[in-house]
Amino acid sequence: MENADDEKMENLPDNNILLGLYSSMLLIRRTEERIAELYPEQEMRCPVHLCIGQEAVPAGVCQNLTSEDSAFSNHRAHGHYLAKGGSLKAMIAELYGKETGCAKGRGGSMHLIDLAANFVASTPLVGGTIPVAVGAALAARMQKKNAISVAFFGDSAVEGGAFHEATNFAALHRLPVLFACENNLYASQTHIRERQPEREITQLAKAQGIAVFKADGNDAIAVYTAAKKAVEHARSGAGPAFLEFATYRWLEHVGPNDDSKLGYRTAQEIAEWKEKDPIKKLRETLLGKRVSTEKELEAIDETVKKEVNEAFRFAKESPFPAKETLADNLYAD
Amino acid sequence: MLMEMEKMETTAEAAKDERKRKITYAEAVLEATDQCMQMDSSVFVIGEGVPDPKHIFGTTTGLREKHGKNRVLDMPVSENGLTGVCIGAALKGLRPIMVHQRLDFILLAMDQIVNNAAKWHYMFGGRLSVPMVIRAIIGQGWGQGAQHSQNLQAILAHAPGLKVVMPSNAYDAKGLLIASVKDNNPVIFIEHRWLHNITGYVPEKPYTVPIGKAKVLREGKDVTIVTSSYMTVQAMKAANALAGKVSPEIIDLRTIKPLDFETIRQSVEKTGKLLVIDSGYYSGGLAGDIIARVSENKSLFGRLKAAPKRVTLPDIPTPTSHALSKHYYPSHIDIIKEVCELANVPEGQAKAIAESERQKLPAKPDVPDPSFTGPF
Repeated sequence: MENADDEKMENLPDNNILLGLYSSMLLIRRTEERIAELYPEQEMRCPVHLCIGQEAVPAGVCQNLTSEDSAFSNHRAHGHYLAKGGSLKAMIAELYGKETGCAKGRGGSMHLIDLAANFVASTPLVGGTIPVAVGAALAARMQKKNAISVAFFGDSAVEGGAFHEATNFAALHRLPVLFACENNLYASQTHIRERQPEREITQLAKAQGIAVFKADGNDAIAVYTAAKKAVEHARSGAGPAFLEFATYRWLEHVGPNDDSKLGYRTAQEIAEWKEKDPIKKLRETLLGKRVSTEKELEAIDETVKKEVNEAFRFAKESPFPAKETLADNLYAD
Repeated sequence: MLMEMEKMETTAEAAKDERKRKITYAEAVLEATDQCMQMDSSVFVIGEGVPDPKHIFGTTTGLREKHGKNRVLDMPVSENGLTGVCIGAALKGLRPIMVHQRLDFILLAMDQIVNNAAKWHYMFGGRLSVPMVIRAIIGQGWGQGAQHSQNLQAILAHAPGLKVVMPSNAYDAKGLLIASVKDNNPVIFIEHRWLHNITGYVPEKPYTVPIGKAKVLREGKDVTIVTSSYMTVQAMKAANALAGKVSPEIIDLRTIKPLDFETIRQSVEKTGKLLVIDSGYYSGGLAGDIIARVSENKSLFGRLKAAPKRVTLPDIPTPTSHALSKHYYPSHIDIIKEVCELANVPEGQAKAIAESERQKLPAKPDVPDPSFTGPF
C-alpha cells in the first residue's frame, strides 16, 4: 500500500499545479454556489447553467494553457471562463445585465468573453463554437503562432453536424486544436442512451484520424495529466486531439435547483456522483500527501469567498446599460 | 445584353476615363479578390471548388498559383462547419472570403451565419467583430430548378448584424467586393449568375464603392423604380423601351442591408409613384418591405399619386422545365406593364410597346444570352 502511494506521489504534478487546480475548482464552486443562492432574488435575469460537480475539467485542462491559447465554450461556460482566467467581476456583472459586464450586458451567462485571458467566447447553440475554435487554430497556423485553441463541449455536441465538420477539417489540416468533451450523460433531461448508440464517443474522433485521450473527469489530477499530453500533441504540430471526461452535473440543467424530483435521474445516481466530488477528492490528496495543511486550504477558501463576495458587490453596484446604447455595436466601425 | 450595360454606364468616372477598359463582372470579382489579397496578407479565399479547374465560373482563376495554397483553399462539403471555421479565423485577425457556387448551399450554414457571424459583435458588447465576406451566387434559367438558383436575399437581409450587397454591374462588383473585404462586419456578397458575363468599365486600380449607398442610375420624373442586381438590367431595358413616353427614375440599391432609404425617399417625393423590382419571392420579400417603408412614411404617404407596385417572383418554387420557367421569371415586359399603369400611359399604347418588345424576346429565354449553351 505504501509502495503504491509512493509511486503515485512520484507521478503527482508539482505542488503549485496541485494548488492551482484546487484554487481554480474552488473559485468555480463558490461562484456557482453563490449564483444558486442569490438567483431567487431575481436580479440575475438570464438562464444560468451551473457546473457544480464538473469543476475538474475546466481546472485541469486550463492549467495546461498559456495566455496565448484560446478557449471556447458552450452554455455551461462559467467554469471554463473562470479557469481560463476570465474576470469574475465582469462575469457576475454580466449575469446581472450590467454595463460593466464582460459583454456589457448584451450577452448574459451564455455569452461570456474575456480577451485579456483569451477566453474568446461561449455560445449556447450546441456545438456552435467547435468550428469557431478550429478557425482560431487555422488563424494561429496561418499567422505562424505557437498558440492552440480549445473547444469545450458536452456529450450531445458530438451528435451535431458542426462537430463532425469541424473535426474533419481540423484533422485534414492537422490544426492545433483540442476538442474537450465533458460527458455528463445528459442533454438537458435526456440520457445519452436515448441519443447515441452504445459506443465510445472517442470512436468518433478516432474515425476522423484524431488522437484520443480519456480520463476521469472528476479527478482533477487525471484531467490535468491527460490534458497535458493532449496539449503537447496539439502544440507539437501532430494535429488535433480529442479528450473525453466522464463527469456529472449536480444541479438542474438550467437554474439554481436540485432537480431529483423530476425523475429523469434517480436520487441514488445523484448521490453516487456526489460521492465522487472532484474538490473533495483533490482535497484528500493534498492533505494525504501533505502538500497542504487543513489551515492552508481553509485560507484558500477564505480568499476565494472574499473574491466572490467582492464580485457580487461590484455587480450589484454597477450601472445598467443606458437606453441610448441599445443599438450600439450593431456593426463594427 | 452588352449594349444594355453600356447604356447603364452613366457615371462621371466612366465618362472621364479615356482608357475605358472593359471587363466582365466575373473578371471584376476576380480582380477585386486578387487585389485584396495583394493589399492585405490576412485575406484568404475558401470554398468548394475555389482552386478547381472551373474556378467558380472564372472568378477565382489563377489565385492559387499567385497566392499559394495556404491562402486559396478548397474545402470539405461542410458549409456550416466551415462558416464557423471562417468566423474563428476572422475573430483572430484574418479576413476570409468564403465562396458558394449557389446561394442555396448557405442554407446549410444559416446557424453559423445568423446565430454567430451576424450578432457576434453585438452580443459580446462590441469586443470582437467578424470581418468576413460570403460570396453567394443566385441565378435563373437552364433548368436549375428549385434548389440551385434561389434568390433568397430577403432571408439574409432579415437577420440583424449582416450586411447584404447585390451589385448589378462590373464596376460596382469590384468596388463593392473590395469594400466588403475591408469592412469589419460579415458581408454577404450576392452575385446573379446572369451578370457574370456582362462587361462594363472597370478601372484597373483598386477602389471601393460604399456599402449602404444606392445609386440613381437614370434620372426621371414620372415613376421611381427601385431595383437591384440582375433586375437592374431588366429595368434599364424597360426604360429604354419606354423612352419618349415615360421618364422613370431608376435606383439601383447596390446594398439591400443596410438599406439606403434616403435615396428612395428623395425620388418618391419627386415622382409620387413607386415600383419595386426584386428577383426574390413575393411574400416577406425586399419589395414588400420597401413599399411598406414608403407607405408608413407620413410625408411620403401623402405624396403618393398611385398605389405602389412590385414585380417579384411568385410564391412558387422554381420549375425545371423551360416551358414553365418562361412564365415564372418576370421580364422587362412585366416591368413595362407596371410602369405604364403607374404613369397612366393609355392602355393601347402600353400594349403596343409590350407587344413590340415581346417580338424581340429570344425564343428560349432560359439563358442569359444566345451564346450560352449550358449548363451553369
